[in-house]
Amino acid sequence: MRYRRFSGSRITAVMAKEVIQMRRDHLTFAMIIGVPILQLILFGYAINTDPRQLPTVVVAADAGPVTRSLMAAMDTSDYFAIADRAVDEPTAERLIARGEAAFIVTIPDHFERDLVRGERPQILVQADATDPAATSGGLNALTTLIERAIARNGTGSGTPDGGGVELVLHRLYNPEGITAHNIVPGLLGTILTMTTILMTGLALTREVERGTIENLMATPARPHEIMLGKIVPYIGFGFLQVAVILIAAALLFAVPLEGPLLALLTVTLIFIAANVTLGYTFSTIARNQMQAMQMTFFFFLPSILLSGFMFPYRGMPGWAQALGEVIPLTHFLRAVRAIMLKGSGMVEVIPHVWPLAVILALISVVALARYRRTLD
Amino acid sequence: MVNGEPIIDIRGLTKRFSGRTVVDAIDMTVRQGEIVGFLGPNGSGKTTTIRMICGLLRPDGGTGTCLGYDIARESHLIKLNVGYMTQRFSLYEDLTIRENLDFVGRLYELEPRADFVDAALDRLGLTGRQHQLAGTLSGGWKQRLALAASVMHRPKLLLLDEPTAGVDPKARREFWDEIHDLAGEGLTVLVSTHYMDEAERCHRIVYISYGTIVARGTVPEVVAASGLHTIIIRGGDQATIARRLRDRAGIEQAAIFGNDLHVVGADPVVLETSVAATIAGTGATAETGETILEDVFIRLMNDGGAAPDNGGQPT
Ligand SMILES: Nc1ncnc2c1ncn2[C@@H]1O[C@H](COP(=O)(O)OP(=O)(O)OP(=O)(O)O)[C@@H](O)[C@H]1O
Ligand SMILES: [Mg+2]
Repeated sequence: MRYRRFSGSRITAVMAKEVIQMRRDHLTFAMIIGVPILQLILFGYAINTDPRQLPTVVVAADAGPVTRSLMAAMDTSDYFAIADRAVDEPTAERLIARGEAAFIVTIPDHFERDLVRGERPQILVQADATDPAATSGGLNALTTLIERAIARNGTGSGTPDGGGVELVLHRLYNPEGITAHNIVPGLLGTILTMTTILMTGLALTREVERGTIENLMATPARPHEIMLGKIVPYIGFGFLQVAVILIAAALLFAVPLEGPLLALLTVTLIFIAANVTLGYTFSTIARNQMQAMQMTFFFFLPSILLSGFMFPYRGMPGWAQALGEVIPLTHFLRAVRAIMLKGSGMVEVIPHVWPLAVILALISVVALARYRRTLD
Repeated sequence: MVNGEPIIDIRGLTKRFSGRTVVDAIDMTVRQGEIVGFLGPNGSGKTTTIRMICGLLRPDGGTGTCLGYDIARESHLIKLNVGYMTQRFSLYEDLTIRENLDFVGRLYELEPRADFVDAALDRLGLTGRQHQLAGTLSGGWKQRLALAASVMHRPKLLLLDEPTAGVDPKARREFWDEIHDLAGEGLTVLVSTHYMDEAERCHRIVYISYGTIVARGTVPEVVAASGLHTIIIRGGDQATIARRLRDRAGIEQAAIFGNDLHVVGADPVVLETSVAATIAGTGATAETGETILEDVFIRLMNDGGAAPDNGGQPT
């Protein structure tokens, strides 16, 4: 018998076996379908927290004392971080579309003059409302800051409601600020993280616990064949969940899909692949199913806390943001929010997709290196 | 049939688990077409040795080849041509009988797979129950399924780790008939067992104790090399006689088999004297018997590895 390094037949053997076992495990199968729906309903109402240092760009056509003092006030407040104060409108719009700015504050021509004349000039505030929890706090704070800036300069009529300025708010991408719209990409990501890592995490430890690994290892199947055979079915199960979540989201919350479905599926594929590979890595390290489960939860917690799902990413301290960067969910959330709510296409989300691809590649290397070729 | 080519050839094979030496520098040669019995008490290192031979455990010392391939570096090539039946059932209990065989068929790239699976089911006599979950089979049937799965790809070497534990006598007989048929076609077999009758059906046996081989050869060779003598006592109050005998000089074993009391000792003269003194006046009679393999094994187990490796031909 000639030996081939890569056998489709052997990979199929493992794949078919995994699918049969999963299908026969009715409880797990029911959970794959049931958990997403349940979570979607439970999390439909999001947790509100105050974000900090939201990147803001100012398009200032006028630069008088009130404008300057307003910008200074914004800069010193906790809510805003003025990223750029001398941009034109197209640049500003590009920044917010890419997610590099959360607010655009536009100060019109003759703002100072109109203010002195009591003509109630307009300040336009455009907010990225894909994450309403993050932006609504900022919008409230802005109103107060404007009042103070005007009062300090003694200009305008200084009325309490708006201080002689008309604040025009544009919530971009999610005009009604509906949290459910934002929560769907988040849930999509967290549910996939949880279930796909757990399922693959158990895939190899189950064999170890039941002793079937001895038989499997005595066959000619190679580590990469076993890994592929065990990973591919769970990518399939992951997509089953994606379908359940997207359909339920559309039916229950009328969540729109603004961007191309193909981009969403591509991003999701890379994300699920990264997760199942991570789960597989866990199962090469864990000695039993209990340990694999603990490792999954150990990974899951920082994922929901640091990825921007639970708390707005921009509200976190620097070290937490740095940790968040190595978590697949962080990048997935950014990409999927952009696609679903902003209508971004594949090209626009590339900055969020390549880190995912890098993470996937790294985990795959670790998984193969960790695979125990022998029983000791 | 047996020809000269060594299928398993290991030298000084050693395995340690966290500092404890479990297999201690063993040498073993198994030639093509041979059926070699691998015996030894629980925990003596049989399973560990078999696992090293097929590449499932990395040896801590020694070298070896299996089917001409190096056991440390070429285990993937060894696995293609070895059928390994594990001591513990290690097929999938949540797969049906047919699905398990299908799985194995795919792993060994058997074509056409359905024919191989059908043939295996037919030989097993499980065609009618092929859609039953493997986990719902009785213990003996699980063993038979595992054997069928391990020979389905027509291996050149069969490693069987206590294949007949819990299997009824008729099935065991059939099982051994099949092993001999396969060996007749050139298959080589290394089989571990605790059953004496099975040891007697092997061409040769190897006895391991505390990780060291303490006896090897054909059954008569091993019995002769033990230097044991046996006297059989019939009649009288055998339980009392046996109890008294055990305190006597020169008596190693006194065990009742039905109506016979087997008394075993190394020195025939001392043995005879002790027996004569014990049965005097009890109405029992004594006659010289044949030492059986079991007596030898009990002796080897009691010795705990102290006996020299002196049985039979050098291997
Ligand atoms: N993975 C392991 N880690 C640590 N110790 C082990 C391991 N596997 C086996 N051992 C030890 O090695 C010794 C030999 O075990 P092995 O399973 O080879 O014995 P065996 O001859 O097959 O026994 P049995 O007849 O009961 O099957 C035992 O003491 C066992 O506890
Ligand atoms: Mg054993």
